[in-house]
Amino acid sequence: MSATTGLFYLFSAVLLIAAFRVITARNPVHSALFLVLTFFQAAMIWMLLKAEFLSIVLVLVYVGAVMVLFLFVVMMMDINVENLRAGFWKHFPFAAIVGVVIALEMAAVLMGGFRVVEDPASAALAAGSAKVSNTQELGTLMFTQYLYPLEVAAAVLLVAVIAAIALALRARKDSKYASPAEQVRVKSADRMTVLKMAATQAAPDVADAPQEPQP
Amino acid sequence: MTLTLGHFLSLGAMLFALSVVGIFLNRRNLIVLLMAIELMLLAVNTNFVAFSYFLHDMHGQVFVFFILTVAAAESAIGLAILVLLFRNKSSISVDELNTLQG
Repeated sequence: MSATTGLFYLFSAVLLIAAFRVITARNPVHSALFLVLTFFQAAMIWMLLKAEFLSIVLVLVYVGAVMVLFLFVVMMMDINVENLRAGFWKHFPFAAIVGVVIALEMAAVLMGGFRVVEDPASAALAAGSAKVSNTQELGTLMFTQYLYPLEVAAAVLLVAVIAAIALALRARKDSKYASPAEQVRVKSADRMTVLKMAATQAAPDVADAPQEPQP
Repeated sequence: MTLTLGHFLSLGAMLFALSVVGIFLNRRNLIVLLMAIELMLLAVNTNFVAFSYFLHDMHGQVFVFFILTVAAAESAIGLAILVLLFRNKSSISVDELNTLQG
């Protein structure tokens, strides 16, 4: 049993335990933190599979950005946990049956068909033919063959950013603000209105004015 | 005993089954539902990376990259909707989301 195999079993065990705690933790904050641990273990497993760039991206993007977002949202909300866990044990038998069925079916397929061991000859061939790093290999592929899908992915991210801001932004109805467009378009006539009126005006005649009744 | 492709695929399958169980168990809690979806995507990505390694094909890793992109976008929008929902209903229970039933 080589060191890689031992590391694989260690990372897998921690990953599965952490994933189990994600779905069973009472407090959503604990769930989010265990999800961070799960992502770290998955990144380590990807590292074992020599996908260095993706494993670093998983840590940076997921643990660094998405999980921080999750933690923000979870901590911002005042959630009644007991109410949310009302049906937990009622659903447990059905959920366990479904999970076991999925695991058994997958195991039946995977144990029979996928005994692929990395072939040393082809591995040496692959390593010899391409003496470039994983990042460079991935980048070359992404910026040549997959350039158009990459642009689409960028557009998807942009749409997500705008949609998230548009959804969560709460504009105050009573706030006062200056519109720059209207400020630029303003003319002097809008600022001051000149009224035509006589310079002098005859004083009203005192005799014609209605007299207050004297007590 | 060396690692085969089956080991990594089994790990992915177990993670996927766990997240399906999580969706069944926490079907009232929207936050944990989103987390279970993230776990599912992680399981699928692990399969992609494992196939990419054992078949010496980099295209699988490019796909993982795109899946990560879409998953990040999905969770950002999902959390924004969650915040909006909590602001309007003061609750994130799935049972109370019956406004659209007419």
